[in-house]
Amino acid sequence: MFSDFMSVDLTASLYLLSGVFFILAIRGLSSPETARIGNYLGMSGMLIAFTVTILNLEDNSLSNLILIVAGISIGGLIGTFLSKKVAMTDMPQMVAALNSMGGMSAVLVAWAAFLSPAAFGLEINGYIATASMVEMLLGIFVGAITFSGSVIAFLKLQGLMKSAPVILPLRHVISIGIFSIILVCSYLILIGSQYDQVLFLVISILSLALGLLLIIPIGGADMPVVIAVLNSYSGFAAAIIGFTLNNLALVITGALVGSSGAILSYIMCVAMNRSFFSVIMGGFGDEGVGGEQVKETRPVKIGSADDAAFILKNASSVIIVPGYGMAVARAQNSLKEMVDKLKEMGIKVTYAIHPVAGRMPGHMNVLLAEADVPYDDIYELTEINSDFAQADVAFVIGANDVTNPAAKSDPNSPIFGMPILEVENAKTVLFVKRSLGIGYAGIDNDLFYQENTMMLLDDAKKMSEDISASI
Amino acid sequence: MDISPLVYYGSIFVLAIFVGYYVVWSVTPALHTPLMSVTNAISAVIIVGAIIAMGTESSGTAGTISKVVSFFALIFASINIFGGFLVTQRMLEMYKKKVKKDV
Repeated sequence: MFSDFMSVDLTASLYLLSGVFFILAIRGLSSPETARIGNYLGMSGMLIAFTVTILNLEDNSLSNLILIVAGISIGGLIGTFLSKKVAMTDMPQMVAALNSMGGMSAVLVAWAAFLSPAAFGLEINGYIATASMVEMLLGIFVGAITFSGSVIAFLKLQGLMKSAPVILPLRHVISIGIFSIILVCSYLILIGSQYDQVLFLVISILSLALGLLLIIPIGGADMPVVIAVLNSYSGFAAAIIGFTLNNLALVITGALVGSSGAILSYIMCVAMNRSFFSVIMGGFGDEGVGGEQVKETRPVKIGSADDAAFILKNASSVIIVPGYGMAVARAQNSLKEMVDKLKEMGIKVTYAIHPVAGRMPGHMNVLLAEADVPYDDIYELTEINSDFAQADVAFVIGANDVTNPAAKSDPNSPIFGMPILEVENAKTVLFVKRSLGIGYAGIDNDLFYQENTMMLLDDAKKMSEDISASI
Repeated sequence: MDISPLVYYGSIFVLAIFVGYYVVWSVTPALHTPLMSVTNAISAVIIVGAIIAMGTESSGTAGTISKVVSFFALIFASINIFGGFLVTQRMLEMYKKKVKKDV
Protein backbone atom coordinates (compact mmCIF):
# COMPACT_ATOMS: atom_id res chain seq x y z
CA MET A 1 0.00 0.00 0.00
CA PHE A 2 2.84 2.37 0.83
CA SER A 3 4.45 1.59 -2.48
CA ASP A 4 1.62 3.49 -4.15
CA PHE A 5 2.87 6.87 -3.07
CA MET A 6 6.54 6.05 -3.56
CA SER A 7 7.12 6.41 -7.27
CA VAL A 8 10.12 4.70 -8.80
CA ASP A 9 11.70 8.07 -9.47
CA LEU A 10 11.19 9.33 -5.94
CA THR A 11 12.66 6.12 -4.55
CA ALA A 12 15.73 6.38 -6.75
CA SER A 13 16.18 10.06 -5.87
CA LEU A 14 16.07 9.31 -2.18
CA TYR A 15 18.65 6.55 -2.55
CA LEU A 16 20.80 9.06 -4.41
CA LEU A 17 20.32 11.47 -1.51
CA SER A 18 21.51 8.86 0.96
CA GLY A 19 24.55 8.30 -1.26
CA VAL A 20 25.26 12.04 -1.13
CA PHE A 21 25.02 11.96 2.66
CA PHE A 22 27.58 9.18 2.75
CA ILE A 23 29.95 11.24 0.61
CA LEU A 24 29.53 14.13 3.05
CA ALA A 25 30.17 11.76 5.96
CA ILE A 26 33.59 10.95 4.53
CA ARG A 27 34.23 14.54 3.52
CA GLY A 28 33.64 15.56 7.14
CA LEU A 29 36.69 13.57 8.18
CA SER A 30 38.96 16.14 6.58
CA SER A 31 39.17 17.77 10.00
CA PRO A 32 38.27 16.69 13.53
CA GLU A 33 35.93 19.69 13.85
CA THR A 34 33.66 18.63 11.00
CA ALA A 35 34.01 14.90 11.52
CA ARG A 36 31.20 14.52 14.04
CA ILE A 37 28.71 16.34 11.86
CA GLY A 38 29.83 14.08 9.05
CA ASN A 39 29.12 11.02 11.15
CA TYR A 40 25.59 12.26 11.87
CA LEU A 41 25.08 12.86 8.15
CA GLY A 42 26.20 9.29 7.54
CA MET A 43 23.63 8.05 10.05
CA SER A 44 20.95 10.18 8.37
CA GLY A 45 21.88 8.71 4.99
CA MET A 46 21.43 5.25 6.44
CA LEU A 47 18.08 6.21 7.94
CA ILE A 48 16.89 7.54 4.58
CA ALA A 49 17.95 4.38 2.75
CA PHE A 50 16.25 2.26 5.40
CA THR A 51 12.99 4.25 5.40
CA VAL A 52 12.72 4.27 1.62
CA THR A 53 13.20 0.52 1.52
CA ILE A 54 10.57 -0.08 4.18
CA LEU A 55 8.08 2.18 2.39
CA ASN A 56 8.60 0.19 -0.79
CA LEU A 57 8.06 -3.18 0.83
CA GLU A 58 5.88 -5.54 -1.10
CA ASP A 59 4.84 -7.52 1.95
CA ASN A 60 4.24 -4.96 4.65
CA SER A 61 2.10 -7.20 6.78
CA LEU A 62 2.48 -6.59 10.47
CA SER A 63 4.14 -9.96 11.03
CA ASN A 64 6.78 -9.23 8.45
CA LEU A 65 7.47 -5.75 9.80
CA ILE A 66 7.84 -7.23 13.28
CA LEU A 67 10.34 -9.73 11.89
CA ILE A 68 12.34 -6.95 10.27
CA VAL A 69 12.33 -4.85 13.43
CA ALA A 70 13.37 -7.93 15.41
CA GLY A 71 16.33 -8.59 13.10
CA ILE A 72 17.48 -5.00 13.29
CA SER A 73 17.04 -4.91 17.06
CA ILE A 74 19.13 -8.03 17.56
CA GLY A 75 21.89 -6.72 15.29
CA GLY A 76 21.55 -3.21 16.68
CA LEU A 77 21.92 -4.38 20.26
CA ILE A 78 24.97 -6.48 19.46
CA GLY A 79 26.53 -3.64 17.45
CA THR A 80 25.81 -1.06 20.14
CA PHE A 81 27.21 -3.32 22.83
CA LEU A 82 30.39 -3.95 20.85
CA SER A 83 30.90 -0.28 20.09
CA LYS A 84 30.61 0.70 23.77
CA LYS A 85 32.73 -2.12 25.08
CA VAL A 86 35.69 -2.24 22.71
CA ALA A 87 38.93 -0.74 23.99
CA MET A 88 40.59 1.81 21.74
CA THR A 89 43.67 -0.38 21.60
CA ASP A 90 41.50 -3.12 20.11
CA MET A 91 40.13 -0.97 17.30
CA PRO A 92 41.89 -2.95 14.54
CA GLN A 93 40.09 -6.13 15.66
CA MET A 94 36.81 -4.24 15.83
CA VAL A 95 37.19 -2.99 12.27
CA ALA A 96 38.11 -6.49 11.10
CA ALA A 97 35.06 -7.92 12.87
CA LEU A 98 32.75 -5.31 11.36
CA ASN A 99 34.26 -5.97 7.94
CA SER A 100 33.45 -9.64 8.25
CA MET A 101 29.81 -8.72 9.00
CA GLY A 102 29.66 -6.64 5.84
CA GLY A 103 31.16 -9.45 3.77
CA MET A 104 28.76 -11.98 5.23
CA SER A 105 25.71 -9.80 4.57
CA ALA A 106 26.79 -9.46 0.93
CA VAL A 107 27.00 -13.25 0.64
CA LEU A 108 23.63 -13.76 2.30
CA VAL A 109 21.88 -11.10 0.22
CA ALA A 110 23.31 -12.65 -2.95
CA TRP A 111 21.95 -16.01 -1.77
CA ALA A 112 18.54 -14.51 -1.03
CA ALA A 113 18.44 -12.97 -4.50
CA PHE A 114 19.53 -16.25 -6.05
CA LEU A 115 16.84 -18.22 -4.24
CA SER A 116 13.99 -15.82 -4.88
CA PRO A 117 14.97 -13.90 -8.01
CA ALA A 118 11.40 -12.86 -8.68
CA ALA A 119 11.45 -10.81 -5.48
CA PHE A 120 14.27 -8.72 -6.87
CA GLY A 121 12.83 -8.50 -10.37
CA LEU A 122 15.72 -10.51 -11.76
CA GLU A 123 13.70 -13.05 -13.71
CA ILE A 124 13.21 -13.02 -17.44
CA ASN A 125 10.83 -15.78 -18.58
CA GLY A 126 11.46 -17.76 -15.44
CA TYR A 127 15.25 -17.57 -15.69
CA ILE A 128 17.67 -15.29 -13.97
CA ALA A 129 19.18 -12.84 -16.46
CA THR A 130 22.81 -13.67 -17.25
CA ALA A 131 24.07 -10.26 -16.19
CA SER A 132 22.34 -10.59 -12.80
CA MET A 133 23.71 -14.07 -12.37
CA VAL A 134 27.26 -12.87 -13.03
CA GLU A 135 26.77 -10.07 -10.50
CA MET A 136 25.48 -12.46 -7.86
CA LEU A 137 28.40 -14.82 -8.42
CA LEU A 138 30.84 -11.94 -8.12
CA GLY A 139 29.03 -10.71 -5.02
CA ILE A 140 29.29 -14.14 -3.40
CA PHE A 141 32.95 -14.42 -4.37
CA VAL A 142 34.09 -11.02 -3.08
CA GLY A 143 31.76 -11.11 -0.07
CA ALA A 144 32.96 -14.55 1.03
CA ILE A 145 36.62 -13.60 0.68
CA THR A 146 35.95 -10.47 2.71
CA PHE A 147 34.21 -12.51 5.38
CA SER A 148 36.72 -15.30 5.88
CA GLY A 149 39.69 -12.98 5.34
CA SER A 150 38.38 -10.58 7.98
CA VAL A 151 37.73 -13.41 10.40
CA ILE A 152 41.35 -14.53 10.07
CA ALA A 153 42.57 -10.95 10.45
CA PHE A 154 40.40 -10.64 13.55
CA LEU A 155 41.76 -13.86 15.05
CA LYS A 156 45.33 -12.77 14.41
CA LEU A 157 44.81 -9.30 15.85
CA GLN A 158 42.94 -10.60 18.86
CA GLY A 159 45.80 -13.00 19.52
CA LEU A 160 43.53 -16.03 19.13
CA MET A 161 45.73 -17.15 16.30
CA LYS A 162 49.46 -16.75 15.89
CA SER A 163 50.09 -13.54 14.01
CA ALA A 164 53.16 -14.96 12.28
CA PRO A 165 52.67 -15.83 8.63
CA VAL A 166 51.43 -19.38 8.08
CA ILE A 167 52.96 -20.67 4.88
CA LEU A 168 51.34 -23.75 3.43
CA PRO A 169 53.31 -25.78 0.92
CA LEU A 170 52.14 -25.14 -2.64
CA ARG A 171 49.82 -22.42 -1.38
CA HIS A 172 49.78 -20.60 -4.72
CA VAL A 173 48.96 -23.81 -6.53
CA ILE A 174 46.13 -24.52 -4.09
CA SER A 175 44.75 -20.99 -4.47
CA ILE A 176 44.88 -21.12 -8.25
CA GLY A 177 43.27 -24.57 -8.17
CA ILE A 178 40.41 -23.32 -6.01
CA PHE A 179 39.96 -20.28 -8.20
CA SER A 180 39.79 -22.48 -11.30
CA ILE A 181 37.10 -24.68 -9.77
CA ILE A 182 35.11 -21.54 -8.90
CA LEU A 183 35.38 -20.40 -12.51
CA VAL A 184 34.23 -23.79 -13.82
CA CYS A 185 31.27 -23.88 -11.42
CA SER A 186 30.29 -20.35 -12.42
CA TYR A 187 30.44 -21.31 -16.08
CA LEU A 188 28.21 -24.35 -15.44
CA ILE A 189 25.66 -22.16 -13.67
CA LEU A 190 25.70 -19.61 -16.48
CA ILE A 191 25.07 -22.22 -19.17
CA GLY A 192 22.05 -23.34 -17.15
CA SER A 193 23.08 -26.40 -15.16
CA GLN A 194 20.17 -27.98 -13.29
CA TYR A 195 22.41 -28.33 -10.23
CA ASP A 196 22.75 -24.59 -9.96
CA GLN A 197 21.96 -24.49 -6.22
CA VAL A 198 24.61 -27.07 -5.38
CA LEU A 199 27.12 -25.26 -7.57
CA PHE A 200 26.24 -21.97 -5.90
CA LEU A 201 26.93 -23.57 -2.53
CA VAL A 202 30.23 -25.01 -3.76
CA ILE A 203 31.29 -21.58 -5.02
CA SER A 204 30.40 -20.00 -1.67
CA ILE A 205 32.41 -22.54 0.30
CA LEU A 206 35.42 -22.38 -2.01
CA SER A 207 35.40 -18.58 -1.91
CA LEU A 208 35.43 -18.74 1.87
CA ALA A 209 38.40 -21.11 1.70
CA LEU A 210 40.17 -18.80 -0.70
CA GLY A 211 39.77 -15.84 1.67
CA LEU A 212 41.31 -17.91 4.42
CA LEU A 213 44.23 -19.00 2.25
CA LEU A 214 44.88 -15.43 1.15
CA ILE A 215 45.16 -14.00 4.65
CA ILE A 216 46.90 -16.69 6.73
CA PRO A 217 50.29 -16.17 5.03
CA ILE A 218 50.27 -12.47 5.92
CA GLY A 219 52.15 -11.49 9.07
CA GLY A 220 50.81 -9.38 11.93
CA ALA A 221 52.65 -6.20 11.05
CA ASP A 222 51.27 -6.16 7.52
CA MET A 223 47.81 -5.98 9.08
CA PRO A 224 47.36 -2.26 8.34
CA VAL A 225 47.39 -3.14 4.65
CA VAL A 226 45.25 -6.25 5.06
CA ILE A 227 42.56 -4.40 6.97
CA ALA A 228 42.50 -1.64 4.39
CA VAL A 229 42.29 -4.16 1.55
CA LEU A 230 39.46 -6.08 3.21
CA ASN A 231 37.71 -2.78 3.81
CA SER A 232 38.00 -2.10 0.11
CA TYR A 233 36.66 -5.57 -0.77
CA SER A 234 33.63 -5.12 1.46
CA GLY A 235 32.88 -1.93 -0.48
CA PHE A 236 33.18 -3.62 -3.84
CA ALA A 237 31.01 -6.51 -2.63
CA ALA A 238 28.33 -4.00 -1.69
CA ALA A 239 28.65 -2.26 -5.06
CA ILE A 240 28.28 -5.54 -6.96
CA ILE A 241 25.13 -6.38 -5.01
CA GLY A 242 24.00 -2.84 -5.84
CA PHE A 243 24.18 -3.75 -9.52
CA THR A 244 22.10 -6.87 -8.89
CA LEU A 245 19.47 -4.93 -6.96
CA ASN A 246 19.70 -1.86 -9.21
CA ASN A 247 20.13 0.23 -6.12
CA LEU A 248 21.81 3.64 -6.32
CA ALA A 249 22.70 3.90 -2.64
CA LEU A 250 24.56 0.60 -2.76
CA VAL A 251 26.41 1.36 -5.98
CA ILE A 252 27.55 4.80 -4.79
CA THR A 253 28.48 3.62 -1.31
CA GLY A 254 30.26 0.56 -2.59
CA ALA A 255 32.37 2.69 -4.91
CA LEU A 256 33.20 5.12 -2.10
CA VAL A 257 34.19 2.42 0.35
CA GLY A 258 36.05 0.51 -2.32
CA SER A 259 38.17 3.50 -3.27
CA SER A 260 38.67 4.50 0.35
CA GLY A 261 40.10 1.09 1.22
CA ALA A 262 42.22 1.06 -1.91
CA ILE A 263 43.72 4.47 -1.14
CA LEU A 264 44.48 3.48 2.45
CA SER A 265 46.19 0.30 1.24
CA TYR A 266 48.22 2.39 -1.15
CA ILE A 267 49.26 4.84 1.58
CA MET A 268 50.27 1.96 3.86
CA CYS A 269 52.30 0.27 1.12
CA VAL A 270 54.13 3.48 0.29
CA ALA A 271 54.86 3.99 3.99
CA MET A 272 56.48 0.55 4.09
CA ASN A 273 58.12 0.86 0.68
CA ARG A 274 56.56 -2.45 -0.29
CA SER A 275 54.62 -3.21 -3.38
CA PHE A 276 50.98 -3.95 -2.90
CA PHE A 277 51.59 -7.28 -4.59
CA SER A 278 54.31 -8.37 -2.18
CA VAL A 279 52.09 -7.63 0.83
CA ILE A 280 49.20 -9.57 -0.63
CA MET A 281 51.43 -12.52 -1.43
CA GLY A 282 52.35 -12.58 2.23
CA GLY A 283 55.12 -14.34 4.07
CA PHE A 284 56.97 -11.18 5.07
CA GLY A 285 59.11 -11.45 8.17
CA ASP A 286 59.20 -15.17 7.77
CA GLU A 287 62.30 -15.71 5.67
CA GLY A 288 64.61 -16.96 8.43
CA VAL A 289 67.59 -15.58 6.46
CA GLY A 290 69.48 -18.86 6.72
CA GLY A 291 71.70 -19.36 9.72
CA GLU A 292 73.41 -16.05 9.31
CA GLN A 293 71.99 -14.50 12.45
CA VAL A 294 75.23 -13.04 13.77
CA LYS A 295 75.19 -12.85 17.53
CA GLU A 296 75.31 -9.20 18.40
CA THR A 297 78.26 -8.25 20.54
CA ARG A 298 78.22 -4.48 20.37
CA PRO A 299 77.65 -2.79 23.72
CA VAL A 300 74.25 -1.46 24.57
CA LYS A 301 73.63 1.30 27.07
CA ILE A 302 70.80 0.34 29.35
CA GLY A 303 69.26 2.94 31.61
CA SER A 304 66.76 3.09 34.42
CA ALA A 305 63.64 5.16 34.81
CA ASP A 306 65.59 7.59 36.98
CA ASP A 307 68.23 8.10 34.28
CA ALA A 308 65.50 8.71 31.74
CA ALA A 309 63.71 11.15 34.04
CA PHE A 310 66.93 13.07 34.51
CA ILE A 311 67.58 13.33 30.78
CA LEU A 312 63.99 14.35 30.06
CA LYS A 313 63.95 17.01 32.77
CA ASN A 314 67.04 18.63 31.34
CA ALA A 315 65.78 18.65 27.78
CA SER A 316 64.10 21.61 26.19
CA SER A 317 62.40 19.74 23.37
CA VAL A 318 61.21 16.16 23.29
CA ILE A 319 59.65 14.19 20.44
CA ILE A 320 57.64 11.11 21.35
CA VAL A 321 57.54 8.25 18.83
CA PRO A 322 54.77 5.80 19.71
CA GLY A 323 54.32 2.38 18.11
CA TYR A 324 52.42 -0.86 18.42
CA GLY A 325 54.15 -1.64 21.72
CA MET A 326 52.37 1.32 23.29
CA ALA A 327 49.05 -0.13 22.16
CA VAL A 328 49.88 -3.58 23.48
CA ALA A 329 50.92 -2.19 26.86
CA ARG A 330 47.98 0.27 26.85
CA ALA A 331 50.49 2.87 27.86
CA GLN A 332 48.87 5.93 26.25
CA ASN A 333 47.45 7.36 29.49
CA SER A 334 50.62 6.88 31.52
CA LEU A 335 52.56 8.40 28.66
CA LYS A 336 50.26 11.42 28.65
CA GLU A 337 50.77 11.90 32.39
CA MET A 338 54.51 11.80 31.92
CA VAL A 339 54.28 14.32 29.10
CA ASP A 340 52.04 16.60 31.18
CA LYS A 341 54.69 16.74 33.88
CA LEU A 342 57.32 17.62 31.32
CA LYS A 343 55.11 20.29 29.81
CA GLU A 344 54.54 21.85 33.22
CA MET A 345 58.28 22.29 33.39
CA GLY A 346 58.16 24.25 30.15
CA ILE A 347 59.55 21.50 27.96
CA LYS A 348 58.25 21.39 24.42
CA VAL A 349 56.82 17.95 23.71
CA THR A 350 55.47 16.79 20.36
CA TYR A 351 54.48 13.43 18.93
CA ALA A 352 55.72 11.92 15.67
CA ILE A 353 53.58 9.26 14.03
CA HIS A 354 54.68 6.94 11.28
CA PRO A 355 51.89 5.97 8.88
CA VAL A 356 52.27 2.25 9.64
CA ALA A 357 52.75 2.57 13.39
CA GLY A 358 50.27 0.20 15.02
CA ARG A 359 48.05 -2.31 13.36
CA MET A 360 45.81 -0.08 11.29
CA PRO A 361 45.87 3.32 9.62
CA GLY A 362 45.55 6.06 12.23
CA HIS A 363 45.79 3.59 15.14
CA MET A 364 48.21 5.74 17.16
CA ASN A 365 46.20 8.91 16.61
CA VAL A 366 43.12 7.31 18.12
CA LEU A 367 45.02 6.07 21.16
CA LEU A 368 46.57 9.47 21.76
CA ALA A 369 43.17 11.09 21.30
CA GLU A 370 41.83 8.72 23.92
CA ALA A 371 44.56 9.81 26.30
CA ASP A 372 43.49 13.40 25.64
CA VAL A 373 46.59 14.45 23.75
CA PRO A 374 45.83 17.65 21.80
CA TYR A 375 45.98 16.81 18.13
CA ASP A 376 47.93 19.98 17.43
CA ASP A 377 50.84 18.26 19.17
CA ILE A 378 50.76 15.31 16.80
CA TYR A 379 52.72 15.36 13.56
CA GLU A 380 53.00 13.08 10.57
CA LEU A 381 56.30 11.71 9.36
CA THR A 382 56.91 14.30 6.66
CA GLU A 383 55.94 17.21 8.91
CA ILE A 384 58.29 16.41 11.74
CA ASN A 385 61.21 14.44 10.34
CA SER A 386 63.50 17.43 10.00
CA ASP A 387 62.80 18.44 13.61
CA PHE A 388 64.63 15.48 15.10
CA ALA A 389 67.97 17.13 14.41
CA GLN A 390 66.98 20.00 16.73
CA ALA A 391 65.36 17.83 19.37
CA ASP A 392 67.11 17.06 22.64
CA VAL A 393 65.34 13.77 23.20
CA ALA A 394 63.55 11.33 20.94
CA PHE A 395 61.44 9.13 23.19
CA VAL A 396 60.63 5.93 21.27
CA ILE A 397 57.91 3.94 22.95
CA GLY A 398 56.88 0.64 21.42
CA ALA A 399 58.07 1.50 17.92
CA ASN A 400 61.02 -0.26 16.34
CA ASP A 401 61.26 -0.87 12.60
CA VAL A 402 59.87 2.56 11.73
CA THR A 403 62.94 4.09 13.39
CA ASN A 404 65.55 1.69 12.03
CA PRO A 405 68.33 3.60 10.23
CA ALA A 406 69.08 0.43 8.22
CA ALA A 407 66.14 1.43 6.04
CA LYS A 408 68.30 4.26 4.77
CA SER A 409 71.80 2.82 4.93
CA ASP A 410 71.65 -0.92 4.34
CA PRO A 411 70.55 -1.98 0.85
CA ASN A 412 70.37 -5.60 2.04
CA SER A 413 67.89 -4.86 4.79
CA PRO A 414 64.38 -6.14 4.14
CA ILE A 415 63.05 -2.71 5.02
CA PHE A 416 65.53 -0.81 2.86
CA GLY A 417 63.87 2.22 1.29
CA MET A 418 61.10 2.43 3.83
CA PRO A 419 60.67 6.03 4.98
CA ILE A 420 61.61 6.13 8.67
CA LEU A 421 61.40 8.59 11.51
CA GLU A 422 64.94 9.89 11.80
CA VAL A 423 65.18 9.64 15.56
CA GLU A 424 68.91 8.95 15.40
CA ASN A 425 69.42 12.64 14.65
CA ALA A 426 68.17 13.68 18.09
CA LYS A 427 70.77 14.45 20.75
CA THR A 428 69.59 11.55 22.88
CA VAL A 429 67.38 8.63 21.97
CA LEU A 430 65.43 6.99 24.77
CA PHE A 431 64.16 3.66 23.53
CA VAL A 432 61.47 1.94 25.59
CA LYS A 433 61.29 -1.72 24.74
CA ARG A 434 60.49 -4.87 26.62
CA SER A 435 63.65 -6.66 25.57
CA LEU A 436 66.47 -6.31 23.09
CA GLY A 437 64.57 -8.48 20.62
CA ILE A 438 64.16 -7.80 16.97
CA GLY A 439 61.19 -6.11 15.33
CA TYR A 440 58.61 -7.81 13.15
CA ALA A 441 60.81 -7.57 10.10
CA GLY A 442 63.20 -9.90 11.89
CA ILE A 443 66.06 -7.44 11.70
CA ASP A 444 68.29 -5.83 14.21
CA ASN A 445 67.99 -2.13 14.88
CA ASP A 446 71.32 -0.29 14.74
CA LEU A 447 69.78 2.41 16.81
CA PHE A 448 70.24 0.29 19.94
CA TYR A 449 74.00 0.42 19.66
CA GLN A 450 74.38 4.10 18.99
CA GLU A 451 76.36 6.27 21.36
CA ASN A 452 73.42 8.52 22.03
CA THR A 453 70.87 5.78 22.60
CA MET A 454 69.74 4.64 26.01
CA MET A 455 67.61 1.53 26.17
CA LEU A 456 64.86 1.45 28.76
CA LEU A 457 63.99 -2.20 29.04
CA ASP A 458 60.53 -2.54 30.52
CA ASP A 459 56.87 -2.64 29.72
CA ALA A 460 55.91 0.65 28.06
CA LYS A 461 53.24 1.44 30.62
CA LYS A 462 55.35 0.63 33.66
CA MET A 463 58.30 2.58 32.30
CA SER A 464 56.17 5.70 31.65
CA GLU A 465 54.75 5.48 35.17
CA ASP A 466 58.18 5.04 36.72
CA ILE A 467 59.57 7.98 34.80
CA SER A 468 56.61 10.12 35.85
CA ALA A 469 57.18 9.20 39.46
CA SER A 470 60.83 10.02 39.15
CA ILE A 471 60.28 13.41 37.55
CA MET B 1 15.79 3.40 -26.88
CA ASP B 2 16.49 2.74 -23.23
CA ILE B 3 19.89 2.68 -21.68
CA SER B 4 20.66 -0.68 -20.08
CA PRO B 5 20.73 -0.73 -16.25
CA LEU B 6 24.26 -2.09 -16.34
CA VAL B 7 25.54 0.94 -18.25
CA TYR B 8 23.44 3.31 -16.17
CA TYR B 9 24.63 2.01 -12.80
CA GLY B 10 28.08 1.42 -14.26
CA SER B 11 28.37 5.13 -15.08
CA ILE B 12 27.34 6.09 -11.58
CA PHE B 13 29.78 3.56 -10.14
CA VAL B 14 32.68 4.96 -12.13
CA LEU B 15 31.84 8.55 -11.20
CA ALA B 16 31.43 7.57 -7.54
CA ILE B 17 34.89 6.02 -7.58
CA PHE B 18 36.28 9.36 -8.72
CA VAL B 19 34.33 11.18 -6.03
CA GLY B 20 35.59 8.65 -3.49
CA TYR B 21 39.15 9.09 -4.69
CA TYR B 22 39.19 12.84 -4.17
CA VAL B 23 37.15 12.83 -0.99
CA VAL B 24 39.29 10.18 0.67
CA TRP B 25 42.54 11.96 -0.15
CA SER B 26 41.15 14.98 1.68
CA VAL B 27 40.80 12.96 4.89
CA THR B 28 43.45 13.85 7.44
CA PRO B 29 45.73 10.90 8.32
CA ALA B 30 44.90 11.44 12.00
CA LEU B 31 41.36 10.31 11.22
CA HIS B 32 42.17 7.23 9.17
CA THR B 33 40.85 4.88 11.83
CA PRO B 34 37.45 6.63 12.05
CA LEU B 35 37.48 6.66 8.23
CA MET B 36 37.71 2.89 8.23
CA SER B 37 34.99 2.42 10.82
CA VAL B 38 32.62 4.85 9.13
CA THR B 39 33.16 3.33 5.68
CA ASN B 40 32.46 0.03 7.38
CA ALA B 41 29.18 1.36 8.65
CA ILE B 42 28.03 2.88 5.39
CA SER B 43 28.94 -0.20 3.35
CA ALA B 44 26.32 -1.97 5.48
CA VAL B 45 23.72 -0.06 3.46
CA ILE B 46 23.51 -3.53 1.93
CA ILE B 47 20.83 -3.88 4.59
CA VAL B 48 18.39 -2.59 1.96
CA GLY B 49 18.99 -5.81 0.04
CA ALA B 50 18.20 -7.82 3.14
CA ILE B 51 15.00 -5.86 3.75
CA ILE B 52 13.85 -6.22 0.15
CA ALA B 53 14.39 -9.97 0.39
CA MET B 54 12.51 -10.12 3.70
CA GLY B 55 9.63 -8.18 2.30
CA THR B 56 8.60 -10.42 -0.53
CA GLU B 57 5.88 -13.00 -0.24
CA SER B 58 7.85 -16.21 -0.02
CA SER B 59 6.79 -19.26 -1.92
CA GLY B 60 8.13 -22.80 -1.70
CA THR B 61 11.23 -24.07 0.03
CA ALA B 62 13.55 -21.71 -1.84
CA GLY B 63 11.40 -18.77 -0.77
CA THR B 64 11.51 -19.83 2.86
CA ILE B 65 15.27 -20.38 2.84
CA SER B 66 15.64 -17.03 1.11
CA LYS B 67 13.70 -15.40 3.93
CA VAL B 68 15.76 -17.09 6.63
CA VAL B 69 18.99 -16.17 4.87
CA SER B 70 17.94 -12.55 4.51
CA PHE B 71 16.94 -12.43 8.18
CA PHE B 72 20.51 -13.29 9.08
CA ALA B 73 21.79 -10.76 6.55
CA LEU B 74 19.62 -8.22 8.31
CA ILE B 75 21.21 -9.05 11.67
CA PHE B 76 24.77 -8.92 10.34
CA ALA B 77 24.20 -5.68 8.48
CA SER B 78 22.61 -4.12 11.58
CA ILE B 79 25.59 -5.09 13.72
CA ASN B 80 27.77 -3.43 11.12
CA ILE B 81 25.67 -0.27 10.97
CA PHE B 82 25.21 0.27 14.70
CA GLY B 83 28.70 -0.92 15.61
CA GLY B 84 30.33 1.15 12.87
CA PHE B 85 28.57 4.45 13.42
CA LEU B 86 28.64 4.31 17.22
CA VAL B 87 32.28 3.35 17.49
CA THR B 88 33.11 6.14 15.04
CA GLN B 89 31.17 8.53 17.18
CA ARG B 90 32.97 7.33 20.28
CA MET B 91 36.33 7.95 18.64
CA LEU B 92 35.35 11.36 17.32
CA GLU B 93 34.12 12.42 20.77
CA MET B 94 37.66 11.95 22.00
CA TYR B 95 38.95 14.32 19.38
CA LYS B 96 36.26 16.80 20.37
CA LYS B 97 37.24 17.08 24.03
CA LYS B 98 40.60 18.46 23.11
CA VAL B 99 39.28 21.05 20.71
CA LYS B 100 37.30 22.55 23.56
CA LYS B 101 40.14 22.49 25.99
CA ASP B 102 42.87 23.84 23.80
CA VAL B 103 41.17 26.33 21.53
